[in-house]
Amino acid sequence: MSGFFKSSVGQKFLMSITGLFLIVFLLVHFTANFFLFFGSDAFNTVSHFMETNPIIQIMQPILAIGFLVHIIYSIILTIQNLKARPQKYVKFEQGHSSTWASRNMFILGSLIGIFLIMHIMNFFWKMKVSGSDLYTEVNVDGVMMHNSYALVTGLFTDASFGLVYSIAYILGAIFLGLHLSHAFWSAFQTIGWSNQVWRKRLEWIGNAYAIIIGVGFSIIPLYFLIFK
Amino acid sequence: MANINIKLKVWRQKDSQSKGQFEAYEVKQISTESSFLEMMDVLNEQLINDGNQPISFDHDCREGICGMCGLYINGRAHGPDLDVTTCQLHMRKFKDNDSITIEPWRAGGFPVIKDLMVDRSAFDKILQAGGFISVNTGGVPDANAIPISKDDAEEAMDAASCIGCGACVATCKNSSAMLFVSAKVSQLALLPQGRIEASRRAKNMLSAMDDLGFGNCTNTGACEVECPKGISVAHIARLNREFLVANLKD
Amino acid sequence: MTKLNSKIPKGALKDKWTNYKDHQNLVNPTNKRKIDIIVVGTGLAGASAAASLGELGFNVKNFCYQDSPRRAHSIAAQGGINAAKNYPNDGDSVYRLFYDTIKGGDYRAREGNVYRLAEVSNSIIDQGVAQGIPFAREYGGLLDNRSFGGAQVSRTFYARGQTGQQLLLGAYGALNRQISKGTVKMYTRTELMDIVIIEGKARGIVTRNLVTGKVESHFGHAVVLATGGYGNVFFLSTNAMGSNGSAAWKAYKKGAFFGNPCYVQIHPTCIPVHGEFQSKLTLMSESLRNDGRIWVPAKKEDAQAIREGKKRPEDLKDEERDFYLERRYPAFGNLVPRDVASRAAKERCDAGFGVETGQAVYLDFKDAIARLGKSVIEERYGNLFQMYEKITDENPYETPMKIYPAIHYTMGGTWVDYELMTSVPGLFSIGEANFSDHGANRLGASALMQGLADGYFVLPYTIQNYLSDQHSVKRMNEDLPEFKKSEEEINNLIDKLMGIKGNRSVDSLHKELGHIMWDYVGMARNEKGLKTAIEKIKELKVEFWKNLRIPGDKNGINLELEKAIRLADFIELGDLMARDALLREESCGGHFREEHQTPEGEALRNDDKFMHASVWEYKGENEEPEMHKETLDYEEIEVKARNYK
Repeated sequence: MSGFFKSSVGQKFLMSITGLFLIVFLLVHFTANFFLFFGSDAFNTVSHFMETNPIIQIMQPILAIGFLVHIIYSIILTIQNLKARPQKYVKFEQGHSSTWASRNMFILGSLIGIFLIMHIMNFFWKMKVSGSDLYTEVNVDGVMMHNSYALVTGLFTDASFGLVYSIAYILGAIFLGLHLSHAFWSAFQTIGWSNQVWRKRLEWIGNAYAIIIGVGFSIIPLYFLIFK
Repeated sequence: MANINIKLKVWRQKDSQSKGQFEAYEVKQISTESSFLEMMDVLNEQLINDGNQPISFDHDCREGICGMCGLYINGRAHGPDLDVTTCQLHMRKFKDNDSITIEPWRAGGFPVIKDLMVDRSAFDKILQAGGFISVNTGGVPDANAIPISKDDAEEAMDAASCIGCGACVATCKNSSAMLFVSAKVSQLALLPQGRIEASRRAKNMLSAMDDLGFGNCTNTGACEVECPKGISVAHIARLNREFLVANLKD
Repeated sequence: MTKLNSKIPKGALKDKWTNYKDHQNLVNPTNKRKIDIIVVGTGLAGASAAASLGELGFNVKNFCYQDSPRRAHSIAAQGGINAAKNYPNDGDSVYRLFYDTIKGGDYRAREGNVYRLAEVSNSIIDQGVAQGIPFAREYGGLLDNRSFGGAQVSRTFYARGQTGQQLLLGAYGALNRQISKGTVKMYTRTELMDIVIIEGKARGIVTRNLVTGKVESHFGHAVVLATGGYGNVFFLSTNAMGSNGSAAWKAYKKGAFFGNPCYVQIHPTCIPVHGEFQSKLTLMSESLRNDGRIWVPAKKEDAQAIREGKKRPEDLKDEERDFYLERRYPAFGNLVPRDVASRAAKERCDAGFGVETGQAVYLDFKDAIARLGKSVIEERYGNLFQMYEKITDENPYETPMKIYPAIHYTMGGTWVDYELMTSVPGLFSIGEANFSDHGANRLGASALMQGLADGYFVLPYTIQNYLSDQHSVKRMNEDLPEFKKSEEEINNLIDKLMGIKGNRSVDSLHKELGHIMWDYVGMARNEKGLKTAIEKIKELKVEFWKNLRIPGDKNGINLELEKAIRLADFIELGDLMARDALLREESCGGHFREEHQTPEGEALRNDDKFMHASVWEYKGENEEPEMHKETLDYEEIEVKARNYK
């Protein structure tokens, strides 16, 4: 195995394993967020579960490592790819032969990275480090827990920056959706789990997943912007 | 049948050491029935008659099977048609007064040696690393002693139709050679004769590929679209699988 | 006669090869390492020979002019490869393959060689399968066969329409394995310029590096030419643009005799010529004749209406079509040998029944599609149909293909004996480059068979009989005067060509040669035409050396210079072909003399006077070459008029 992680396919294997892991994470994340639509008690209960569940706590640093590996190897591989064509074409037509998203995964990833920093500042940082005026303790069915619902809705309904944040989150969701539209099948392809038959299925699932994540995460700010 | 006039912008480069540049040419009254390379022949004849240097480009069989020709035409490997090599591209794909930009394959693994000619010996080196079944001449079993399912034989044949032209590398935004490598690995992995050394083959060929300066595959799928033989990226998945399994055994 | 010794082993025909192998001399393993062998060419014959010799332990140096060994033109062979496996249980045998080959060659090939070819044919299929060649298979997992021209059994193995490609890639794989082991050293983009003879034996070659332009020498204890045929004498042919006859011609000038230069195969199913700018003719596999029916309009008026675009071929009913092969040759029908099919097409077109430019006939799949369904036809010939459509912009599923004969293969070549050695000791010639196995006409799917038979199973044996006493010969230094002299001659030749600075491009002169050859030394020849050809070639040679223009300089890549060097040899070769055709006053196989035909227009052999191979010896610049006869003795076969009716 020694040379494996130095090889092209080995490095891509890391990208795809971490990517698949992040795909699972996104699903969990989205499921939790979905409870926003059911009101503050529901969402706060889910958030409390996430805060206190030992498995989730163990997964948090692993998730962070997953992100880091995915980001670091994307940079390494992209630099190698740029070096592989020292002299560029004057004309380079790819519109008919590949999707825009597949050619711009690094750019999409970078944009998502920027979004991620903002996202962490908005929520994770406030929850874990700095605290917030909105992030108070509330009682839900006799259990004391943080008012995560207030923190989320407060961001999107903020009188001065609510609209800006909403747009930023919608854009973030769209970038994520595009990234996933290629990422899903691509991850399976790289670990060798694809063929002529499965490719179509995996691409279909990947697209459906990308739409669910992209649209789903967009609806949240829109919902609060419009209805609250 | 019609005749058209076209404007060309062609990459000219004296040798591998020189810096190249584009030159502009015009070809008048070229028949739409002629092939792209026949148009280049007409242009070269014109250049020679005018006392200029003809354009050097690789070509040999002119029937789309030797894999020697390969021009990057208007931003596309083998030009604006699907499932053809440059020699099979016909001028009927162009319109009167079209401008055509012709570049050599561009990849670190394929250095330009003159004008539109590149050095593709990296492909030979990859195959030398293991793109074969290790049998000597003679002493092999009867051909029908090894039954092979028709489906496997057909899929192996799909992969084996690679002509080694390099369009996959040329068209890949990362200059990756994965489609080329996977075609051979997949062909031989599908056949019982080739299974015996499948792990060794996958590792050795990929290691050679990595050493020769090709980029990494990001699964855009552009290669299979521009491949003149329509080789599927499903073979890349098989290569990845072979490589992972091979490494797990170590 | 004394100059030609074909060295056919004694004994019954079927025992000759076994007897030869049992008694030949071999080289022991430790001595093999001390011996260098040069193989020129990397096609089926060259690659298989280089790989096999490398496996045996010899030091092999392999050369090709292309950028990779895989480009050799064997790659373009489509239809298949013959072998006498008799897997379909339809009565095939080694003898029958041998017989069909001799008969197909119009009784102008050497019995011993052909029998050996049929004998080793089965091993080639075994070897190919072991190498991972994805031959077509039945659902049961066993190999499939198709039928081909000139045979009444199905003995052709195939890999879609890319059999040559797959066989070549198999040999190339074996070659790559030896390159990685270091037993074969590969020189790509390197063209043979001369053969060096020291003390009467071939001891090396002089090459030109096509990238740097450098002229260099390479020593070998023996030299093997696997350089293919010379069909490009005609400019337009199905050969690759770079295919050339220079190696054979240099060998000829160094004393290797040239056998049957006039035997050229014209392939009946090629896409017709469409214009003067055309650079190359594309073959449509002979396998198409399995299911396609060849016809022209039965009435001249219809042919004319179609030529003028007033009628479509689909408009004609069956009774308005003349399926002339089925009419003339009911027993073999559309599957008559290539020479017969080609001449029949020419006959109809000359009589005014041709379509398109008048030089085309139809190959129609209407009935086959009706009988088998479009999907079966697509599975069998899909890639060929697609190729046809890409070139002509017509859909052959809907409208019949248009085809016309074109130059395809040269049966003639360097004369070799049973051991595949030329008349120069130590110089061997294999594959299409030699003259031996196909007589006056080659059957379809036999070129692949012969190339690989020579390379895998014949030469690796016979060359040892020569090399067995050569291990004591020390590797020679390439500074020897013989090498230096040859290098100097080549440098002088290049300087001379570069120095002409005339007005005409190589291609314009080559096209002129092509026209002369096609018009007078093509499908139908006669005394007057051949004499005209000889005169015209003489004039063209003068024009070439006076008015050629090669731009650029000799150092570095210069494609025009490469072409000029080849054309200089083609011109001289064209002359020898015309001379040979003139002397052979009979019609046989691909050689058709209009003076010698039956009242029905069939070829008329003259076995009393011409049952021999014409073997030409070079006598010096501006000297008449001398013709020797190798008499062909048929012991096992009764010589008959070829009859496909």
